[in-house]
Amino acid sequence: MDRRAFLAALASLPIWPAGEARAAAVEFAAVLPGRRLVFPRDHGAHPDFRHEWWYATGWLTLPDGSPLGFQSTFFRVRSGVGEGNPSAFAPRQLLLAHAALADPRLGRLRHDQRVARAGFGRAGFADERTGAWIGDWRFEQDGDRYRATVRAGDFAYDLTLAPDGPPLANGVGGFSAKAADPRHASYYYSRPQLAAGGTVTIAGRRQAVSGRAWLDHEWSSQPLPEGAQGWDWVGLNLDDGGALMAFRLRRPDGSPLWAAATERAPDGGARNLPAEAVAFEPLRSWRSPRSGIAWPVAWRLRAGARVFVLWPLFDDQELDSRRTTGAIYWEGAVRVTENGREVGRGYLEMTGYGERIRLG
Amino acid sequence: MRQAGRAMNLAPVFLGALARRRLATLFSFAAIVLGVALGMAVQAVHESALAEFGRSLRTLAGTADLQVLGPRGGFDEDLYAQLAARPEVADASPLVEIEARLAGHEETLPLFGVDVFALARVTPALLPQPAAGADRFAALADDAVFLSAAAQTALGVKVGDRLAVQSGTATQTVRVAGDLPGVDENRRLAVMDIAAVQARVARLGRLTRIDLRLAEGVSPAAARASLQALLPAGVQIEVPQAAEDQAARLSRAYRVNLNMLAAMALLTGGFLVFSAQALSVVRRRGEFAFLRAIGLSRRRLFAWLLGEGAVVGLAGGIAGAALGHGLAWAALALLGGDLGAGYFSGLRPPLRFDPLASAAFVALGVVAGIAGAWLPAREAATVAPAQALKAGDEAAIPGGRGHPRLGLAALLASLGAAALPPVTGLPLGGYLAVACLLAGSILLLPALAAGCARLLPRRGPAPARLAAARLGAAPGHAVVAAAGVLTSVALAAAMAIMVASFRDSVDAWLHQLLPADLYLRAGRAAGSGHLDAALQARIAAVPGVARVGFTRHETLRLAAGRAPLPLIARPVSADGRELPLVGGVLRAGDEPALWISEAVHDLYGWRPGQRVELPLAGRAVRLRVAGVWRDYVRQGGALMVDLADYRRLTGDLLANDAAIDLAADAAPLAVAAALRALAPPGALEVAHPAEIRAVSLRLFDRTFAVTYLLEAVAVVIGLAGVAASFAALAAARRREFGMLRHLGVSRRQIGWMLAEEGALAAGIGVAGGLVAGGAIGLVLIEVVNRQSFHWSMDLHVPWGSLAVFALALVALAALAAVLAGRQAMRQEAVLAVREDW
Repeated sequence: MDRRAFLAALASLPIWPAGEARAAAVEFAAVLPGRRLVFPRDHGAHPDFRHEWWYATGWLTLPDGSPLGFQSTFFRVRSGVGEGNPSAFAPRQLLLAHAALADPRLGRLRHDQRVARAGFGRAGFADERTGAWIGDWRFEQDGDRYRATVRAGDFAYDLTLAPDGPPLANGVGGFSAKAADPRHASYYYSRPQLAAGGTVTIAGRRQAVSGRAWLDHEWSSQPLPEGAQGWDWVGLNLDDGGALMAFRLRRPDGSPLWAAATERAPDGGARNLPAEAVAFEPLRSWRSPRSGIAWPVAWRLRAGARVFVLWPLFDDQELDSRRTTGAIYWEGAVRVTENGREVGRGYLEMTGYGERIRLG
Repeated sequence: MRQAGRAMNLAPVFLGALARRRLATLFSFAAIVLGVALGMAVQAVHESALAEFGRSLRTLAGTADLQVLGPRGGFDEDLYAQLAARPEVADASPLVEIEARLAGHEETLPLFGVDVFALARVTPALLPQPAAGADRFAALADDAVFLSAAAQTALGVKVGDRLAVQSGTATQTVRVAGDLPGVDENRRLAVMDIAAVQARVARLGRLTRIDLRLAEGVSPAAARASLQALLPAGVQIEVPQAAEDQAARLSRAYRVNLNMLAAMALLTGGFLVFSAQALSVVRRRGEFAFLRAIGLSRRRLFAWLLGEGAVVGLAGGIAGAALGHGLAWAALALLGGDLGAGYFSGLRPPLRFDPLASAAFVALGVVAGIAGAWLPAREAATVAPAQALKAGDEAAIPGGRGHPRLGLAALLASLGAAALPPVTGLPLGGYLAVACLLAGSILLLPALAAGCARLLPRRGPAPARLAAARLGAAPGHAVVAAAGVLTSVALAAAMAIMVASFRDSVDAWLHQLLPADLYLRAGRAAGSGHLDAALQARIAAVPGVARVGFTRHETLRLAAGRAPLPLIARPVSADGRELPLVGGVLRAGDEPALWISEAVHDLYGWRPGQRVELPLAGRAVRLRVAGVWRDYVRQGGALMVDLADYRRLTGDLLANDAAIDLAADAAPLAVAAALRALAPPGALEVAHPAEIRAVSLRLFDRTFAVTYLLEAVAVVIGLAGVAASFAALAAARRREFGMLRHLGVSRRQIGWMLAEEGALAAGIGVAGGLVAGGAIGLVLIEVVNRQSFHWSMDLHVPWGSLAVFALALVALAALAAVLAGRQAMRQEAVLAVREDW
């Protein structure tokens, strides 16, 4: 969905101010209603579209029982530049990766990122199954399992993510609308309730971990709808085996512009919730001492008949990537309670609380 | 306390003496100022240029631990994938570097094709910054070029303007899309996306450089050892400092040579201090004797006289250091960092103040002052007071006897010094030989003066006889005046002979290298312009063109740590008759012939007949050294092979230049116009060999402009020395003039006498200087130049100008002597004689 489009837009990045969309001479593939997702082909990349991402987040448990959040994201961007250039360096396809660990003992994110043009085996993506890599950072599918490998400056992880069922299509069979105008849409499916296992290395110490994770795979060619200041998104793994994905687009005054949700029952049955059935209500704000931005880190989320309260693992999960991407966002682990009882865990993403998020 | 009190009292006695003989002091001071200023300026300019060059290189190298560098034509880009995948390598940044030729601009611009994403992790200083409001893929766009501030200024363009970059002979239009905020303000540089440069300006599939950042814990030495095996022939792994070291090495000989000239000026300054002090000491003998008689110790007198020299030296040193910085500033502003010699082109370094070097140069001035005062001070201090208090003893002057044996020994030593091999690339033996020659000829000068005096005829008009008699009776006076002249004439004559030989040889060399009727080139040799096969065919087909010889320029990297070596491929016959060969030609052998320049002969130790391996097109090829040719352009050496061999070995069919022979009936102008019309305007340059020769010689003269200036100044100082000596002498000889007037000699006759004395003294100095200068010139040609720049030249003595110069100097010296003596002659004869009674 579009929440990540802003990040994908940043794939163009180092230090460039995000400008207005360029009237590209390139014809990007369009997202059309009625196309059904086809697996395994749709696990792979769709290089004709402008943006695409594989976005894994989740909760891990260290051997001593303490919790740890992780994020592993690969973006693919078709730049529209160099389409006719015969050079092997032609920057037609760019790859961007974000990796983070949310460690409550540190109280803020460990974070690193990479960006490269596809080619020379240095960076690339696979078409027939999930696979994206930049150097020795990889996210790939092996059989039905995923593997995320990251070696960053002050942390590393090597995780295997095993799904418990078929992909969960968001929207109408994977056609996920972002506005009333059907042109603003993406192809979008999620893999909730991934059983995570592997190792995490922090400060040179490698430890075995296990936990539950969430994967989003989404591709589109459309920019953010007009009038949207930013968005809020959650992906929640419930303890009873159920799952919930919900997002909303916000106007500058904070009022909702569009919203949607997908709910998976413990038995695997899925249903889509319309915009009016989804409501985000902020409960508590935390102001970042670095950026000065006030983030609503706790939420009451209504999805159909159910009402959840989301509470962060810790407040400071702000990710400042202004130096490279020009954007500040909040991407963090949250606990989920319902009627005062913890019912699950998930990830919350918030954008556009500082400057408006710009999309290409 | 008493000592200190006495010192205070003595200060006016001694230092006041400096003020009393203003003219002599002024010339000593001026000479020291000049020597120090020149040395300081050369030092400051070069330090600034080197520091700027190094800083800019470090910026451009970023945090790279190692750089993979290839020949000018680059290497296969797959090497990037191989190297980047190695566990030793943390990050690899591929680059395509090219000297871009811009339509409508004479100068080329270094253009870097970069992968901004890889750059960010290795060389962030090169990151382009699109103009505000630009498209977010602006840095990737294949028509976007990013210019450093200096490049924008130099080209007179700003963001949004368009530039035409020459590729081959076609032009590609690009748009200035932003700047390079991380690049030094003085560095001219352009950056584009690597894919755009490959596709539009350089060659697809080729890189020229890969910057490597090594994985943590991997040492550059270890990585170099393991990665070198992956590289094809001719591609080297260097530490980023290597280029800085190479530039410093290359320019060092030039810098040392200029510093030696400055040392000569300083030496002249020392001589002037010496002559001024020697004469002053003679005049003040009575004074010193009196001071000694009232209890001033010998040691203190000596110290005070040295102090006089030191004061002149210190003042000269400080003024010289200040002037030197001023000169350096002007030179940097006008000529750039290389004083017109082309080592650091593209740099506009700001002046740096180095307190340590400045202090050293001030100290050198003091040393020159003290050294000049040493002998006269010793002389004055050793004289017995009783003898000196007697009147009429002033004529005796130190140095009158000379040290002919020591002089001969110094001359002999110079022969040995000249035979020494270079020390770390510097001709130290040559400089030692120059010093020995100078010292020896000065030590022999009194003997020369005495010899001249004996040879002079004892006939003729009275003034001439008087002058000759004086030279015979008191040669010391003449020697002191002549020594300064000798030094400056020797220096000037040596430089004149060297420069004339050099210029003559370069001219002959140009004639031999440029035998064709027309020359055509597509941009600078290193640039993005070239002639492809189709264009070559069209050039050959132009009516009026009888024969075309194409030239291809390449550079090879033979070993890590060595500067890239230019390779010139052009038609060369088996006997090399087209080349300015030095020595014979060796024909034996089946391998293709390789012709090496003298610098390669000296630096790499290659000899004719030897088989050597060259990395051509990524593999090692054996060639046979067929002969050595003279090259006045590439001080680091150059190689030449026959074009047909080159094309067969590399498959590279492009060319950079063409030498065109015209048909007998062709009109050169019409053919030149037809050739230019083969490509878009400005893409092809067509020149007549006469123009090229003229431009080359103009460049040559510009390079030597600094030395011409030095020569002129040295001569002026030498003359000033004559004037100062005679002014001092004339004052001392008032009584003599008075006596002569009593005896009926007219004022006019005394004037003639003085003129002839001046001419004689200067003549002796000039004669000695010419002989010494000839010898020094030979040392400069055969030792200093050969060892510094590795080129030989044919001796060419500019007899005519040397003769005019010598005669003019003698005449000027005579004039100076007369003018200096006028003051003394104006006095009433009676008064002058009476004064002392």
